[in-house]
Amino acid sequence: MTATTADAPPPELRLPKRRGVELVLLVGAVLISVYGYIDVGLAKNDAVPADTLNYGAGLGLLALLAHLAVRFRAPYADPLLLPIAILLNGIGLVLIYRLDLETPGDSAAPTQLIWSTLAVALFICCVLFLRDHRILQQYTYLSVAAALVLMITPIFFPAVNGAKIWIRVGGFSIQPGEFAKILLAVFFASYLSANRNALSYTGRRIWRLQLPTMRVLAPVLAIWLISVGVLVLERDLGTSLLFFGLFVIMLYVATGRLSWIAIGMVMAAFGAFVVGSLEPHIRGRVENWLHPFASIDAGQGANQLAQSLFSFAAGGVLGTGLGLGHSILIGFAVKSDFILATAGEELGLAGLAAVFLLYALVVARGYRAGLALRDSFGRLLAIGLSSILAIQVFVIAGGVMGLIPLTGMAMPFLAQGGSSLVTNWVIVALLIRISDSARRPDPGFAETGIIAPIVEDES
Amino acid sequence: MIRYIRRAAACCLLLLVALLANAARVQVFQADSLDKNPANRRLTIARYHEPRGNILVGGRSVTGSKDTDQQLRYERTYRSGPLYAPVTGYASQTYGTTLIENAEDGILSGTDSMLAPFPLWNELTRAQQPGGNVATTIKASTQEAAYNGLGRRRGAVAAIEPSTGKILALVSSPSYDPGVLSGTGPSVTDAWSRLNASASQPMLNRAIRQTYPPGSTFKIVTAAAALDSGAVTDMNADTDTPDPYTLPDTTTVLPNEASGCENASLEYAIEVSCNTVMANLGVKVGLSGMDEAVGKFGFNDSGLKIPSGVARSNFDTDMSKDQLALSSIGQFNTSATPLQMAMVSAAVANGGELMYPHLIDETRAKGGRVVRRNDPKSYRRAMDASTAVQLQQMMVDVVTQGTGSNAAIPGATVGGKTGTAQNGVNNAGTPYAWFISWAKADCASQPAVAVAVVVEDASAHRADITGGGFAAPIARAVMRAALEH
Repeated sequence: MTATTADAPPPELRLPKRRGVELVLLVGAVLISVYGYIDVGLAKNDAVPADTLNYGAGLGLLALLAHLAVRFRAPYADPLLLPIAILLNGIGLVLIYRLDLETPGDSAAPTQLIWSTLAVALFICCVLFLRDHRILQQYTYLSVAAALVLMITPIFFPAVNGAKIWIRVGGFSIQPGEFAKILLAVFFASYLSANRNALSYTGRRIWRLQLPTMRVLAPVLAIWLISVGVLVLERDLGTSLLFFGLFVIMLYVATGRLSWIAIGMVMAAFGAFVVGSLEPHIRGRVENWLHPFASIDAGQGANQLAQSLFSFAAGGVLGTGLGLGHSILIGFAVKSDFILATAGEELGLAGLAAVFLLYALVVARGYRAGLALRDSFGRLLAIGLSSILAIQVFVIAGGVMGLIPLTGMAMPFLAQGGSSLVTNWVIVALLIRISDSARRPDPGFAETGIIAPIVEDES
Repeated sequence: MIRYIRRAAACCLLLLVALLANAARVQVFQADSLDKNPANRRLTIARYHEPRGNILVGGRSVTGSKDTDQQLRYERTYRSGPLYAPVTGYASQTYGTTLIENAEDGILSGTDSMLAPFPLWNELTRAQQPGGNVATTIKASTQEAAYNGLGRRRGAVAAIEPSTGKILALVSSPSYDPGVLSGTGPSVTDAWSRLNASASQPMLNRAIRQTYPPGSTFKIVTAAAALDSGAVTDMNADTDTPDPYTLPDTTTVLPNEASGCENASLEYAIEVSCNTVMANLGVKVGLSGMDEAVGKFGFNDSGLKIPSGVARSNFDTDMSKDQLALSSIGQFNTSATPLQMAMVSAAVANGGELMYPHLIDETRAKGGRVVRRNDPKSYRRAMDASTAVQLQQMMVDVVTQGTGSNAAIPGATVGGKTGTAQNGVNNAGTPYAWFISWAKADCASQPAVAVAVVVEDASAHRADITGGGFAAPIARAVMRAALEH
């Protein structure tokens, strides 16, 4: 604190809050979504859908409420995060509605709209009641315990389509593993920020590898084992990949040791190899990735991945236009895991690139907030949350487009699935909170006009 | 830490670049091959997105298209499906296409590049044109006469215009309605399995895809070979043939159904259908001579297309003399499609020049512009003109004085030949009744029609089933219809 003179108040420093920008962008996002909705109706039935107004008003209201929450409680937050989330959610609703038209007996869009409302409500709650992200640090061990419980619970429930990731309560089915992602990110962030030095500089040296002490390593190993356990017991390759990726990135950012990355990669490869050779379900995925057309050559017709590739190919550069593609041929999971194929076919490479860039913007903004923060917990949390988003997008988009083996995972915001939607909205809420802290003027620096000094640490 | 965050961010950027590059790979570079993958249904969906072009008989459409609002939108409909099934074939979303629907699919579905006003430009844009129409050579009245003539009996009729090779009638009985195979779903698959399981084989196109032993109708071919090769120089002169005739190098005796065949002339042998004389002549012409002769009529040609493929009619090329003797009267391994026997009759009627049989007159774009026209072309000269004149005389004799009197038409010259083909081991099966004929109106300069009729009927008495009794009346009805304008 610098001493201030008592007689003259310091000149009012106007810091850019950018809430107006956010509002304009939100209007744009809602309008684009409504336009897409109308577009689908015109293409399929030559008429504007009857509930266009309701849809537009609903999405607009969600956007407005979220915006107000941010305006009141996180005025300095990054103005891009919320509009992009709304836009992706809106596009997702449009795509699901469009696919609903092909499956008259099964409409998912209304349910998805309810989930969106729930997710945005949770977002608002997070923004309103979580005043500072550092509060989360107090719940390090609670969050890891909760995460483990959430991950282990589905094992006691029946498998759905080969993966035990569901809990059925009444008519609702939720994927608790989705929520575990956030909790794990919180745990990793606080554990790593607390043990950074121990992880980096203690322990024995073997040749040129600096090994940490067992005490520090144990939780890490435990998490690795749990991931593999999840993989084996729940057959959820996607989540397991996500944990590895998340953990390795956060560990690297915390310690800067490439040896960690190397160890992580070796462990991951070993785990994947062992599980892959034991678990036919996983091996089938890899086989399918290597030879997506094997089933066609065998005369059994195109499998889902092949159908997905056909779908993307049919889109070409500009797409067929909303409502004019045939991605429904993918069949099962076309509204959830394969939702991107519909985007690829009907919006083309152009639309797909736009969607990817929207995700990339959110990730970049998350990283940026992490850079601007001064506490290492917040930094790691921002990086962790952004990375969750990035890895999710990469794993599922790469999967449905034949870049990597296909793993079941929801496309954030776009795919049908309440758990995923809620989780990703909470991630955005936390990023809003973090970016608000990052861009908020430090009261100590208010008079000098320095907004947020960046402390270059020793690394 | 800042540095590490930047590096981690670079990693994320790498993931983004990988995704974008992969998207470009799938959606741009591999798009063409993925689009054309046989398991990709999009081409099929696009194909059924427009109404299919029509198949015309005498300027009237015998097909249509029905909008179903399903994924494969337009389904094929047929007017008088069973009547024209052997001509049109089916166009099924589930089972593909056959016959004209298959051979002219490019025109009918609109993918043929010639349909576009600027074909080369169309190759680039790959734009789908509306389906064009296919005009057939079929004459409705002739087709109906053949269909009604066969009635519920199993058999087939093929009728050709001898001077052009235009196919005027192509009937197979029992028939089926191709419309039941249009579209998708359980009704289609049920119909398919029902039709395929049916003992009467309604989906078999007997006129071009089934071969029968031609029996005595084949004697026309043997007679042509005998005259052309010089084995017979005068059709009225006696031939040196015993009755009964013992097959060469065997003790097997070949009897006659007719009387007066000993040393009979070729003309008499054809008129009353002497087995002995014709078997003997086949042996006299010899294996290579017979093979050359039958080839000129279209036997042993597996490449005959009308435009659909026609089953190969067979005359063995490697056999002993006794087998040659039997083959020469249309038995042993000799077999022919009804269309093949109509071609034999047409070759005689057209002065020995056999015209290539064809079913499609022209194809037109939707606006009426002619895309392709089928001009008559020669298949081969089947026999000398003088031989043809003599055979015409003999065939006329068959109708006026011989076994084919049921085919006579007032006001027209009709030539014919009956046949009763044995069937099965030791003739245990029901014989086939054959009749091949041609007709020329008295006022016309050339014959208007050549017909082949085959009737296979298990319910008839063996004694009744002679070509003259069973098949000739059908041939007469068909010729009558063809002679009318």
